[in-house]
Amino acid sequence: MTVIQELIGLFVDDGALAIAILGVVALAALVAAAVPGMPLAAGAILVLGCPGVLLINILRASRS
Amino acid sequence: MTVSLALIWPAITSAFLASLVEAVEALTIVLAVATVRGWRPAGLGAAAGLVLLVLIVVVLGPLLDIVPLRLLQLTIGILLLLFGMRWLRKAILRSAGVIPLHNEVAAFATETADLRRQSRQNETRLDWLAGLASFKAVLLEGLEVVFIVIAVGAGRGLLVPASAGAFAACLLVAGTGFVVHRPLARVPENTLKFAVGVMLSAFGVFWVGEGIDVAWPGEDLAIVGLMVLFLAVALGAVALARRPHVKVLQ
Repeated sequence: MTVIQELIGLFVDDGALAIAILGVVALAALVAAAVPGMPLAAGAILVLGCPGVLLINILRASRS
Repeated sequence: MTVSLALIWPAITSAFLASLVEAVEALTIVLAVATVRGWRPAGLGAAAGLVLLVLIVVVLGPLLDIVPLRLLQLTIGILLLLFGMRWLRKAILRSAGVIPLHNEVAAFATETADLRRQSRQNETRLDWLAGLASFKAVLLEGLEVVFIVIAVGAGRGLLVPASAGAFAACLLVAGTGFVVHRPLARVPENTLKFAVGVMLSAFGVFWVGEGIDVAWPGEDLAIVGLMVLFLAVALGAVALARRPHVKVLQ
């Protein structure tokens, strides 16, 4: 049980950040599937979304 | 499958640096066990951890060939994003002084105190418990190394260079630890985590993009651009989140 908890802990430390990352990936995948003619649109969501959610999470953590 | 230098060097470097951090953490616990109970339980526990790790790699490794490439890239991309951005978040918060820096000397003292406390409670079982602590440290930190190697290597046939980077780091830490017999407190762990977090996050975005058919401008070179982006955002985040009286990264 401890090992499983440790394994999950490798990927999830702050739940809000993990959910936000998965949200960005899901949105990018959705856009890639819905608009296959614009592959850069999904890339832009990833490139802006991932650093964006990190920045927001850091600012929240620093103010709490 | 063509592998460009734009991917090989980041793969080797990120596997090397990340493995360096993990190996240092494992060494601290193995040394604590050796200090309290001697090298026999520490060595046996570490060896058992290594054997189990090898078994896991041998049994599960070939399964990677069965998984379709796009699915593999998407899966490891997501895991890399979760793993890399978790490291980067922690490194940023530590650099900004929001949370305290990890201290190998303190970790060594805590582990040693725990083992000594256990020895007072149950002397006869202590060798077993000490060996288990050593085993667990090597297994868990080793699993992280294996994950990093697979994550940066499996998406584009880079398993060999990534493994070489990880192996070199483990060898370096084990050799140094064997010589100095002390926790490697001078290793700038937070700076390493910061750098590795930047690299793994960039790899994560890149692999997720590959997995969902994003045509990256510059193809493999896009990963360098992604690293620069994450580095800029991370440094900006440190500046914005910085608490008073914290001036340096490490």
